[in-house]
Amino acid sequence: MTVKSVGQAIAEALSLALEMDEGVFLAGEGIGTSININPHLPTYQLLERFGARRVRDTPVSEAAIAGLAVGASCMGLKPVVEIMYFPFFTLASDMIINHAAKLRYLSGGLSSFPLTVRIKSGLFSAGCQHSHYLESWLTHVPGLKVVYPSNPADAKGLLLSAVFDPDPVVIIEEMPLYWSIHDEVPEGDVRVPLGQARLARQGRDVTLVTYGGAVHVALQAADVLAEEGIALEVIDLRSLLPLDTATVLASVRKTGRFVTLHDATRFCGFGAELVATVAEACHGELKAPPRRVAAPDIPVPFTPPQEDFYRPSAETVAATVRELVRTS
Amino acid sequence: MQPQLDRHLRFTLLSDMVLIRAFEDRISELSRERGRLPGMQITCHGQEAIAAGVVRAMIEQDVIVTNHRSHGHMLARGVDPKTLMAEVMGKRDGLNRGKSGTLHLADPGRNVLMTSTVVGAAPLLGMGAAFAQNYRQEQAATCVFFGDGAAAEGSVHEAMNMAAVWKLPVLFVCESNRWAGAQGHDEHCPIERVADRAPGYAMPGVVVDGNDVEAVYLAAHRLLEACRAGKGPAFLECLTYRMHGHGEMDVQHYVDKDELAAWGRRDPIELYIEILQAEGLLDSRDAVEQQAVQTVDAAVAFADASPYPPPEEALEHIYVQPIGQEG
Repeated sequence: MTVKSVGQAIAEALSLALEMDEGVFLAGEGIGTSININPHLPTYQLLERFGARRVRDTPVSEAAIAGLAVGASCMGLKPVVEIMYFPFFTLASDMIINHAAKLRYLSGGLSSFPLTVRIKSGLFSAGCQHSHYLESWLTHVPGLKVVYPSNPADAKGLLLSAVFDPDPVVIIEEMPLYWSIHDEVPEGDVRVPLGQARLARQGRDVTLVTYGGAVHVALQAADVLAEEGIALEVIDLRSLLPLDTATVLASVRKTGRFVTLHDATRFCGFGAELVATVAEACHGELKAPPRRVAAPDIPVPFTPPQEDFYRPSAETVAATVRELVRTS
Repeated sequence: MQPQLDRHLRFTLLSDMVLIRAFEDRISELSRERGRLPGMQITCHGQEAIAAGVVRAMIEQDVIVTNHRSHGHMLARGVDPKTLMAEVMGKRDGLNRGKSGTLHLADPGRNVLMTSTVVGAAPLLGMGAAFAQNYRQEQAATCVFFGDGAAAEGSVHEAMNMAAVWKLPVLFVCESNRWAGAQGHDEHCPIERVADRAPGYAMPGVVVDGNDVEAVYLAAHRLLEACRAGKGPAFLECLTYRMHGHGEMDVQHYVDKDELAAWGRRDPIELYIEILQAEGLLDSRDAVEQQAVQTVDAAVAFADASPYPPPEEALEHIYVQPIGQEG
């Protein structure tokens, strides 16, 4: 075990994959020579280590980056391509949604697309054309797998699983975590299986299900609530598709209270699917209606006080949980 | 090096075109029988010389990425007409187990790698396939087929740009059939020759008569050799005409009848038969045509005999590693 940042952990996964399999290559805008030289960026110095054949800087051309991944993976390579910011995924979406996710089905199982799309996400004072949480778009596409790590060990382990999975996998990376979260990371090719949630904190009173950067907000809220005698159980999904329904339902059956949390907007957000899943399976075991904590239904604002307003806070989470416990 | 257009090759080019025509004539007929063929049927009537000419100029390791108008490319590449017809009918023994229908055919075993019906998407896929050939240093190229209508899509430009920046072995084959749905060339393209755009991407742009199978073959052969030799991508525009509607249900009410008739007099199969007969290489066309009809008869019989796949098979072939069965 070594302590690493999320960015360093992703870099380690990319390096390992490049070392282990000649079919793995990376491509994206400025992944080799970047305008940023932050050593916590996941592709920092990979060009220097692996050369321009394996680490490709591309034109600013998201459809072509995604098309490259689809075409090359159909030929048996294992492309790992980067979409610089989540909103730019819209430009790549035809290749990923209509092609990566569907061409195997349309071929009757003759073709496969072992590609990985890394999408950089998060709030960083750049406004709504650089920040937009679109994970529910992705999870609504049969044929894709979608993972969303919150910490260094999971980022490394999920990315390794994604690269070597035979199907198209999208991994959403929260950029602010690249440098803000440091934790222990196992050495070597240690993978986190797709479709397995992680119990981030045990608690008997309320189940909170979340993923990505919001996990840390949930844990802050849990600390506050613990001082008040409320034990919040926090589940970090890690994979959104496949979804670890069993872990979620087992926790809800234990606590009888259910809250979802994400940085994406509320309407048709992933929380809605989670609430529906829980309501269908254990309606009678709930002590109170489920609650969703999410961003308001607005584009991500630019100016700092408004950007802070957008993102669900630990205070909001704590208040929601407190109310849920008080009324049931 | 100029290839030898020997008797065998010339006969093959003719047989390919005749088989494609017979296969699609039958699809045309069947599409008029109620309940026989599900969905839209799209044929390449009038464009057979491009399929035969380009595909026969390919080597075995070369790869095809094509579009909704793909029967010709498939048949010239040697895809089994039986499984192809069964797929068009949506049957269990179809090439893609009824998951594709006529629109999304793939036969990776014969390097017909992918088909996209999203107009203009094929060039991006082809660029990606050519990247893999280049990455592995294979002596092989990718042929990607699209139309002059598709050339209006931004994806075609992104594909040409990336392929040219990286010198990937792609032959962009533009079948300029003058139509994009019901919109004629002047309504969707501001220039007469799409190939004029090729120099803007630093690649050669060659224009040929798409109804002259030997001209198509020779141009494709030369450009594919250059692609395989590491010279980067090339653009081949084949001038032709879409003799049927966009699909078989399209009655072409918007088409100028004189223009259609004029192109009908330049039918690629008739033109080639005239040449071969004038040179004394073809005694009778009947034998070639009868052979094609027999092949199509057998394909229809095979497809008719095949059952539909069970409804619940719709749940299969989504993932290699299905959801809920993670290792």
